[in-house]
Amino acid sequence: MSSNFVLKNVTLASGDTKDIQVSDGLIVGVGSDLVADEMLDCTGLIALPGFVDLHTHLREPGFEQSETVLTGTQSAALGGFTAVHAMANTMPVADTAGVVEQVASLGVEAGYAEVFPIGAVTVGLEGNQLAELGAMANSKAQVKIFSDDGKCVHDSVIMRRALEYVKTFDGVIAQHAQEPRLTEGSQMNEGAVSAELGLTGWPSVAEESIIARDVLLAEHVGSRIHICHLSTAGSVEIIRWAKARGINVTVEVTPHHLLLTDELVRSYDSVYKVNPPLRTAKDVQALREALIDGTIDIIATDHAPHPIESKDCEWSAAAFGMLGLETAASIAQEVLIESGKSSWSRLAEVLSIAPAKIGGDTNQGQIIQSGSVANIVLIDPKARRKVVADSASKSKNSPYIGLELPGKVVHTIFKGYFTVRDSKLAAKGRH
Amino acid sequence: MKNLLSAADLTRDSAIEILDIAEEMAGVNDREIKKLPTLRGKTVVNLFFEDSTRTRISFELAEKRLSADVINFTAKGSSVSKGESLKDTAQTLEAMGADAVVIRHPASGAAQILAHSGWIQGSIINAGDGTHEHPTQALLDAYTIRKRFHGSASSGKSLDGLKVAIVGDILHSRVARSNLFLLNSLGAEVHFVAPPTLLPSNPENLKAELHFSLDDALSDIDLDVVMMLRIQSERMNASYFPSEREYSKIWGFNAQRLEKLKDSAIVMHPGPMNRGLEIDAVTADSKQSTVLEQVTNGVSVRMAVLYALLSGERNADVI
Repeated sequence: MSSNFVLKNVTLASGDTKDIQVSDGLIVGVGSDLVADEMLDCTGLIALPGFVDLHTHLREPGFEQSETVLTGTQSAALGGFTAVHAMANTMPVADTAGVVEQVASLGVEAGYAEVFPIGAVTVGLEGNQLAELGAMANSKAQVKIFSDDGKCVHDSVIMRRALEYVKTFDGVIAQHAQEPRLTEGSQMNEGAVSAELGLTGWPSVAEESIIARDVLLAEHVGSRIHICHLSTAGSVEIIRWAKARGINVTVEVTPHHLLLTDELVRSYDSVYKVNPPLRTAKDVQALREALIDGTIDIIATDHAPHPIESKDCEWSAAAFGMLGLETAASIAQEVLIESGKSSWSRLAEVLSIAPAKIGGDTNQGQIIQSGSVANIVLIDPKARRKVVADSASKSKNSPYIGLELPGKVVHTIFKGYFTVRDSKLAAKGRH
Repeated sequence: MKNLLSAADLTRDSAIEILDIAEEMAGVNDREIKKLPTLRGKTVVNLFFEDSTRTRISFELAEKRLSADVINFTAKGSSVSKGESLKDTAQTLEAMGADAVVIRHPASGAAQILAHSGWIQGSIINAGDGTHEHPTQALLDAYTIRKRFHGSASSGKSLDGLKVAIVGDILHSRVARSNLFLLNSLGAEVHFVAPPTLLPSNPENLKAELHFSLDDALSDIDLDVVMMLRIQSERMNASYFPSEREYSKIWGFNAQRLEKLKDSAIVMHPGPMNRGLEIDAVTADSKQSTVLEQVTNGVSVRMAVLYALLSGERNADVI
């Protein structure tokens, strides 16, 4: 397709039906009866700003058997994403300017989505000494988000210093909230099901106590803070309190914590093993309500690919994590739209506009209007699809295989280029 | 029934049936020639990823008395420690044509994974999976209780109305969990007695009454059975309780507590005992103690389980 085209008869988040004209990577017109050399009929499709994932494990460098920047961003494109933030727990850890620049350049080379590397907060994710945050921020990768995700920045002093230090370059710390001593050897949510299954529990309080501490620290030093993968009803209450108090905190929830519960662990099928663990139906309900009412700001996938051998074993030997990029939009639709409780505007907010704002991604999350960068996803909201193992990801550890989910990503447009067209991945990325 | 993975899978009727078969097997064990041809030509593998001499030899004896070909496979470590993975081990045994695998594994759910993974076609018997379950232990305990309370008239009987206290490390005990599920099915009333640190913090799905004080439980409940659990050494330095001395004082079974039990009541222990910690010598060697009966009955019960799972057409006259 040329770089000049018109998407005919799209439905915008507002419900209006319009044509969108794209030229040279920008939206140049939104209106009626727009004309270009190429016209694509989009009747019945909803157009939203391209999705932005604030929490993706691309695994490269170091774990290329699980995922690479190329396969991960291809998976992202199929899920409607035009930007992903790559977590720092690679090998070597993304704790230096060199590694984050490498990941960023691999992203450009792949061309399926914008790749924003997240820098580690501490050297080697060890929690002892701050990594060179300034060097990463000032590198070509221009890192804005720092996280030891996978591990908690548990030392209160290190956390305080990190929160203060990143103010230098308007960075943000994304905390993986998990009190380590309370979760030694933890395998699943601590609750009625773990009591039956004899698996070591991961208690809610291990998340909530860290979140409580960190919002208070953020308030004390006047910093902003982002909380990764909120998973409990108690955490929602703490965030509600913190926001009411004016603390500058943003929060993400994963698709799986919005849909799945710890009852699934009864199968001992390690595809359901994830950190933080699947919680109870009561927690799922609280997370859904918080996403709808704005207590939770965004959905982020925590897409965590693992090779077959890391999951094809007994529960306690299996790796934590599940895929998420290609199913996130459907789960968001299930929670926000199919429930009848929210709107497409809210869906665009939680999957695109708000995460772009938190990450400081200037070219992302722009509403569909003339002058915006042409990062657009088109969704068929009426489609229903059964999730299959087939995925652009190198890994297969999706907990949704066999489930029927609403909605389908039909086209993904990344800076005016179709990375996905008619639900098929483009043979090449954008260059 | 193809597998025995969990005591929770046993209905009241199927549990009573196994106990009744065990009665018949006990008859065989009293004969001069303690052997049945039932499993001749069948291969049973004892796959032990964890040390357990007692359970392993009990199964081995049961298998040999049923004339099975027995292979002991002791695999140290698992995929965690970069040893052979459960999958590779299972597929190896499958390739050798195992008809049944008796598995002991440190990971909860390992037996279930083995049974449902498609790696292996034979029957799976859970001989203890992590801190989850140990169903044959629960069956042999139920058998022992039934024998003590119903004697030679045990066949066909349940444990309706009996009051059972399980005392000790409930949180980490596969014995406690399996016993709970089986005792529930067989109609007994279950009480868990332990320091709060060793009880599940979310017991709402567990049909048992919780008690922190052993002395209160002994005076408040007309107990028929007290089952003492072994305190594992790894709990001792992890602040579950301050010291062995204090644990023994508050939750150990001793001569003074034995006096509070009615004469017909029994004291059980799955072994091996820490004498002087959870149980004292007076109790362990008293006539109310069933420790050695449990060991004896273990063989009969395991024969019954193997028979129920492997003998195909089940006819009473095979015995």
